Amino acid sequence: MSDILNTLLYHSPALIVAVPLLGAFLTPLIGKINDKLRNIFAIVIVLITSFLVYLLVSDVFSNGIRTYVFGGSSPLVNNSFAVRILFEVDGLNAFMAIIASILAIAGVIYSWSFMKENTGLDKYYTLILLMIAGMFGMILTGDMFNFFVFLEITSIASCALIAFRTNQGSAVDAGFKYIVISSIGALFILFAIGILYSQYNALNMAVIANSISYGFLDKIALVLLISGLAMKAGIVPMHMWLPDAYGRAPSSVTLILIGTTQASLYGVLRVIFSIYGKHLTLPVKTIGDTNLSLSALIGIILISFALLTILIGVLMALKQNDFKKMIAFAAVGEIGYMLLAFGAAITSISTDPLTGSTILATHGEVALKGGIFHIINDALDVGLLFLVAGAIYYATKHSSLNKLGGLARNMKYTTIFFIIGLLAVAGIPPMNGYVSKLLIYQSTFQVNPILSIIAILCSILLLAVFVKVFHSAFLGPKLPKFKDVKEVPKSMILGMGIIACIIIFFGLFPNLILDNIIDPVARAIFDYSAYIGGVL
Amino acid sequence: MILIIDSILKTLTTGSGFWNPLVWIFTIAIVLLLMYILRGFGNKGYKEGTEQTKSFLSGNEEYEKEKMHVKASNVYWGFLETFRWLYKRFDKMHTGNVSDYVLWFVVIMGILFLIIGVI
Amino acid sequence: MIYNIPYIAVVGLILIGLAAVIFKRNLIKIVIGITIIESGVNLFLITLAFRENSTAPIYHGTGSRLMSLPVPHALTLTSIVIGVAVLALMLTLIIHIYRHYKTLDVRKIGGDEE
Repeated sequence: MSDILNTLLYHSPALIVAVPLLGAFLTPLIGKINDKLRNIFAIVIVLITSFLVYLLVSDVFSNGIRTYVFGGSSPLVNNSFAVRILFEVDGLNAFMAIIASILAIAGVIYSWSFMKENTGLDKYYTLILLMIAGMFGMILTGDMFNFFVFLEITSIASCALIAFRTNQGSAVDAGFKYIVISSIGALFILFAIGILYSQYNALNMAVIANSISYGFLDKIALVLLISGLAMKAGIVPMHMWLPDAYGRAPSSVTLILIGTTQASLYGVLRVIFSIYGKHLTLPVKTIGDTNLSLSALIGIILISFALLTILIGVLMALKQNDFKKMIAFAAVGEIGYMLLAFGAAITSISTDPLTGSTILATHGEVALKGGIFHIINDALDVGLLFLVAGAIYYATKHSSLNKLGGLARNMKYTTIFFIIGLLAVAGIPPMNGYVSKLLIYQSTFQVNPILSIIAILCSILLLAVFVKVFHSAFLGPKLPKFKDVKEVPKSMILGMGIIACIIIFFGLFPNLILDNIIDPVARAIFDYSAYIGGVL
Repeated sequence: MILIIDSILKTLTTGSGFWNPLVWIFTIAIVLLLMYILRGFGNKGYKEGTEQTKSFLSGNEEYEKEKMHVKASNVYWGFLETFRWLYKRFDKMHTGNVSDYVLWFVVIMGILFLIIGVI
Repeated sequence: MIYNIPYIAVVGLILIGLAAVIFKRNLIKIVIGITIIESGVNLFLITLAFRENSTAPIYHGTGSRLMSLPVPHALTLTSIVIGVAVLALMLTLIIHIYRHYKTLDVRKIGGDEE
């Protein structure tokens, strides 16, 4: 028995991408036999993938980096030249894989009854499994061009799913905007990959990180990579495709689309911390007698983008009248919090004079833990709110807040899930949003008090945004046109219930999560020499 | 199980503060108990269907239910009216035109080139 | 100097493609602009592989000459295939948009229904 588990564990990085891909191509064949069988087949494939992710993650968190080489046994040829494609899984990759698998399970279970009245469901399940396979490939890979290929696979599958309801003109328009923006960003990323290849003759992330210098061409590659990936992650002022794409897609698709956006944010972190990691503490310019290092420069850039994102995301959310567009603007604001934490952590980096390794100040470590914890909290909270919006659309066929009212008497479970999501997004105890936002407030206060003040103010404004939604949609007198609105079917409640239970669990037992899951990730982000040592 | 109970007894320190879920549960339990006791001091009896259960609008008539509910675009009217100058500029940014989105991308790339290339 | 002309052509193609996406109002012209940017990036990848007096990287079995690098050729093939898939998807979406809005002007499509 343990022999089979060991074989599965050894091949698991490849199987995690291969199993959804195979399932995606088998789904139309099984759909010709029976409809229910196809739905069950999709859920079984996602559950098998989550089991493999659990095996891989529990091994990486206790034993260190795991490398999987395609078509050979060692990544090196002649003991010095890395030439094969490989998947390299360290703490950050494993953490993003956990988030992706939770979102995938909740999304596929929710879409059992949410999409039941639509036609063309064979293509829907094929595209969702393809999108899940592409997302896992983007998260686990250790090769730059492989990252570009999986990025394009995910964006093509997502565009077709966003434009799924082709009878509405606005959904097709949102899909067109998404594919134009996504393909221009990906082409500039390919240009930067070509520049890096021409300098160092390698496409492997660890080999490039080992031999990188900071010349003129490397500066161009850094700017192109950061802007292309930041546009895909939804950072202001390049965020404008995000409300249209999230707001007009079916709700179960939006849930998995959140995972794709977080994977692009993971790409930004991987470029800054691992590929350019050797140069983060070296001085770039000397002004007077103080040295300005690259880490301080990038930290200031990230913090200024983060403040803009938080302010514009929350202020635009107050004005909207469409339910899902409002939640999408709140999601843009939450990405700003993560970027604020990472910017504050990177400005406090310095070199230990005794051992020569990079260390962080105390508030830098707290900020890093808060930022990483906030990635998973934001994915869960905003995902739960999108599922509630989908449930209301399923029950009443309205999506504009002007036409809703008094639904709390008919839909009791949905109201409770919405209250849990509201408290979690605004950062109110005992939900998980409170824990991560507390860490972010108290660490960014040490960098500059103004950052913390703006972050707290915008949290309160987020509470105001969702209280407006709660009043217009759920409270109020019973409207006669909603007299026979019933509660939503059981599979949708199961999908929402999984996420709500995880939210309350993370909020009440924060030390369990912080010591076992977040601590290895925080140690692995700054350790670029361990990432290089996995290959060379 | 021991792991969970042990982790709920630890507090989370951040270097300048702490958060302990046990203290929070204890405090909420005391507050809810106080609320229940205060509610017990109220008047218990009322008659259904008479004037005691109808809503009071300073003597005015009550319209039908659909017109009484405050719509979503009218909530927060004061806040939105004060910041009209800010929202006019934001609306000009979010046009819905895909060429403008690519123009923002090129502008940000140019600013980053200047910052990283010159400094 | 003559070996720098392909790089100048790459920068020229990318700037022309970006100008077409930003300043043109017809949807089909925006898609053509994206195709021009993609051609520029593919030309850049192939130019990186060239060495002077080299042949194609295929073994003939009769002695060896200098060969150009094969890895960027593989990257370019993958990129061309991805470009074809994205182009097909964009044109299909334009057909659906035309059926709904009856116009191809990018400023008139995609408003919200209040």
